[in-house]
Amino acid sequence: MNIDNIKKEFPIFNNKVHNNDLVYLDSANSSQKPQVVIDRIYDFYSKEFSNVGRSLHYLAVAATNMYESTRSSVQKYINAKDANEIVFTKGATEAINLVANTFGQKYLKEGDEILLTELEHHSNYVPWHYLRKTKGIKIEFADVNDDGEVTIENIEKKITPKTKIIAVTHLSNVTGAILPIKEITSLAHSKNIPVLVDGCQGAPHLKIDMQDLDCDFYAISCHKMYGPTGLGILYAKKKWLEELPPYQGGGGMIGEVKKEGITYGDLPNKYEAGTMATAQVIAFNESIKFLNKVGIDNIIKHEKEIMDYGQEILRKNNSVRLIGNPKEKGAVLSFTLDGIHAHDIATILDEDGVAIRAGHHCCQILHDKLGFAATARASLGIYNTKEDLDKLNESINKCKKIFNTK
Amino acid sequence: MNLKELYQEIILDHGKNPRNLKKTENFNKDAKGHNPLCGDKVHIFLKLNDNQKVDEVSFEGSGCAISMASASIMTDLIKGKEVNVVKELINDFLEMIKEKNSLKSNNLSEDEKTKLMSLSGVKQYPMRVKCATLSWHTLTSAINNKNEEINIEKFD
Repeated sequence: MNIDNIKKEFPIFNNKVHNNDLVYLDSANSSQKPQVVIDRIYDFYSKEFSNVGRSLHYLAVAATNMYESTRSSVQKYINAKDANEIVFTKGATEAINLVANTFGQKYLKEGDEILLTELEHHSNYVPWHYLRKTKGIKIEFADVNDDGEVTIENIEKKITPKTKIIAVTHLSNVTGAILPIKEITSLAHSKNIPVLVDGCQGAPHLKIDMQDLDCDFYAISCHKMYGPTGLGILYAKKKWLEELPPYQGGGGMIGEVKKEGITYGDLPNKYEAGTMATAQVIAFNESIKFLNKVGIDNIIKHEKEIMDYGQEILRKNNSVRLIGNPKEKGAVLSFTLDGIHAHDIATILDEDGVAIRAGHHCCQILHDKLGFAATARASLGIYNTKEDLDKLNESINKCKKIFNTK
Repeated sequence: MNLKELYQEIILDHGKNPRNLKKTENFNKDAKGHNPLCGDKVHIFLKLNDNQKVDEVSFEGSGCAISMASASIMTDLIKGKEVNVVKELINDFLEMIKEKNSLKSNNLSEDEKTKLMSLSGVKQYPMRVKCATLSWHTLTSAINNKNEEINIEKFD
């Protein structure tokens, strides 16, 4: 696999940032887009545009076929049993809100417990928090250990007879820890508890096989998978999508609408009310093709190689403190620098064209536990190289020079 | 963009060794502020005397070099000044940090002006302006007895 050639597919790297080559280390936040995805959006709007699933004219039929073709591609990519288990949403956040809302509405009552982990992104905590107020449910958090991981033992400790659903991240966006999803689903299912997986970081970096993981729900963020913004995916086992009530009401999701009452449409329409992010869905097919072309095994291998290299050089840099040391780790390198705040690091790195994120990365619970208000995070994508991490290290040394620290 | 202008010696010094970083005893006004985007926090304590002069001022908090230096310089500067003068200084500073190139106040010595102007490099970094203004907005809240926590996100 030739990374230089892959990188050439991303036009953003033709531009300079503050007169420097762009070193993009913020893919956990959002990935860059290959030309094929950008072109697909342009072509669709300029040559093929129509709304889907409604009109009978030529363009509408063609657009509907393309839209549904992405659904099939996604089904294959994540090895879902049925294409109707794929629901398009405006993002992974909406996917989790959909489950929290409908599952909460139908199955939860006062005193019931939802089990999360201390690693969760706000988008896998806040939607559940609403149920505290509306339903009087309790939220429990499985502990993160000193290595920044959540073990199956720590999950098991927090399961009680009142636990009604477990919602966990696949891959932490701060420590990079990969959670043992198969073990979690197997344990949970033995107690009849469904499992939702926040796959925002898992889907772009890991092999994801819904039938193998056996989770009940899996939320995906398409813009982190070399796809367009404004699009997410909820995978849900068919029985849940059939049993749960609709989330939003509107056009496209109905069966029959009468003054006396309404029936809802079949799957997947039941959960796709209103005009969807049509161009984004159609363009996301190109992202899937791109991922298939590179190959997930190659992606995993390449990202591991540069992550290991990054860890090695940052460990040698004596004022860098890496956050977490999980045994199974994805493409995230969070760190602090002695005597320099993460925001100052980010500003200085940016001047060199090195784009990282600084802050709590939407994980305040975890940062409180770790005892940091903010950390710096370099996160990787398929286009990153060892040179990018050398540049990161050089810019870190520049921070130390400016702040006169060692 | 100029990192040297942003991270001047004086900023680095105040950022590393913030002055007045403590809780004033017997304070009679205080306010908290935070920046939800980055987690910076500040708590300002004021002790005004009967003549409405700042007898003591201090702050507690944590944050980046810019926010710590700004709070440090601010607390140094307003000590001993009348509240009305302080209010004028706050406006003067906020105007300078966003758009103007100088301070207009007649109530600052040249040395004080130089200190305050050391923060002007932030202007070139729009994402960092709120780091510099957090403690100033929080000071306003303390003076006005508003007792509400300042969320810097809600300010321009």
